[in-house]
Amino acid sequence: MYVAVKGGERAIENAHAWLAEERRGDTSVAELSLDQIREQLSLAVNRVMAEGSLYDPELAALAIKQSRGDLIEAIFLIRAYRTTLPRFGYSQPVETGEMACDRRISATFKDAPGGQVLGPTFDYTHRLLDFKLAAEGEVPEAPVSEPRLEATPHISEFLQGEDIIEREPSSDGVPGDLTREPMSFPAGRAVRLQSLTRGDEGFILGMAYSTQRGYARNHAFVGELRIGTVPVEMDIPELGFAIEIGEVELTECETVNQFKGSKTVPPQFTRGYGLVFGQSERKSIAMALVDRALRWEELGEDNVGAAAQDEEFVLSHADNIQATGFLEHIKLPHYVDFQSELELVRKLRREAAEMAETLAAREAAE
Amino acid sequence: MKTTFSAADRKGWMSLLATADEARLTELWQGCGIDPVCEWLRPPEAGGVMVRGRMGGTGAPFNLGEMTVTRCAVSLDDGTVGHGYVQGRSKAKAAMAAKIDALMQTGAAAGVRKAVLEPLAEERQAKTSARAAKAAATKVEFFTMVRGED
Repeated sequence: MYVAVKGGERAIENAHAWLAEERRGDTSVAELSLDQIREQLSLAVNRVMAEGSLYDPELAALAIKQSRGDLIEAIFLIRAYRTTLPRFGYSQPVETGEMACDRRISATFKDAPGGQVLGPTFDYTHRLLDFKLAAEGEVPEAPVSEPRLEATPHISEFLQGEDIIEREPSSDGVPGDLTREPMSFPAGRAVRLQSLTRGDEGFILGMAYSTQRGYARNHAFVGELRIGTVPVEMDIPELGFAIEIGEVELTECETVNQFKGSKTVPPQFTRGYGLVFGQSERKSIAMALVDRALRWEELGEDNVGAAAQDEEFVLSHADNIQATGFLEHIKLPHYVDFQSELELVRKLRREAAEMAETLAAREAAE
Repeated sequence: MKTTFSAADRKGWMSLLATADEARLTELWQGCGIDPVCEWLRPPEAGGVMVRGRMGGTGAPFNLGEMTVTRCAVSLDDGTVGHGYVQGRSKAKAAMAAKIDALMQTGAAAGVRKAVLEPLAEERQAKTSARAAKAAATKVEFFTMVRGED
């Protein structure tokens, strides 16, 4: 028997009041504004937008402030908000070849047209703490040079001339949308990419790293990595034509991977693809490696039993909101479940004790 | 009074308004000194648009994630309909965009273009070029070291 209990309302209210106070911290320190978070913690904002799967820097900044900097909590807030928005429609696929690039590098072609443009990167910094940042100060203006006016072509285009890399079959098919239909397996590459781009950065990174360490190794080179903004266009039914409804910053990674060839396909390079909201370089490279590992079947490769080849494993565990929801729910009251377990264990122990007594009595009698 | 304009022209100004900075747009709009009486055909509402990408940049489409968009539609006294579709969740910005879209189809077009759209276009261009100029300064200039083994 158990007795249903009520209560805790006052404790919960008081806990939330204290949370608000702790969130604010020492009131003699200036309060953070959303503008400050958006402008100065922009990579955190980008991660919240990518994994929250909603591009809106102001909302992401608010979520980061509300969650006290717990990014998974912030992503949770964004996901919850997202469900309240009516869906106006789907954009036309963005043209990343038209990107206004802040950064564009290739690890495979030194002299690619458009060049190696480093952009505002952490690469080649010494990863030494910069104590100048602890003090307030003016930042010198970044140097400028003659801007490139034309679009920067994708590097894979140059390899395609020789057919030495697989072609991406173009289509205007309607891709599956995991925000509309529950995921089922096999998911197909479109849904895999959607799942990976909103997946947890740490999880995708770990999966990608596992392929590099030999679990379904696919010998990836970063053929191209680019960061910049692209316009987003959508057909407006009441107008009868498409207009630009906004602009998003994206990070795109194309990997060039080894491929032995098969009976029907001569040896050629294969591709992995990563495309993520914001400046999210690590995530984008990791996504491309995992995308490539998950393509083993369509490329006629062996399933070596690696975790990164297992679509169901990867996609079912990539979402940090699903994961944290299930993980953290076990801290919430389970008094009734636990009461029944307790009863069961007590009963088993009683039975075990009785059994031991019976055996002992029998031995003594013999 | 109606004026003629092409779909490409309209696409141009609507696109410019969609990405305009709200504070700047407000300033230009107020400076323009026109605020026509209009009726809501659709009051401003915020929603989401699912942004799509292409596999490998050029292949089959997939769903990348949503972005916030606010839209509305207005009708001027003479029946001209203006649509606002803007990035983000600002109803005020969507309303300004719809009114400007409507006015751009009337005799007020030249004035609005000069007071609002032209400065917006110039500033957008300047912002894009400024980033491109900083990017250009980070372009690697390779040079080959001469090795003494010949």
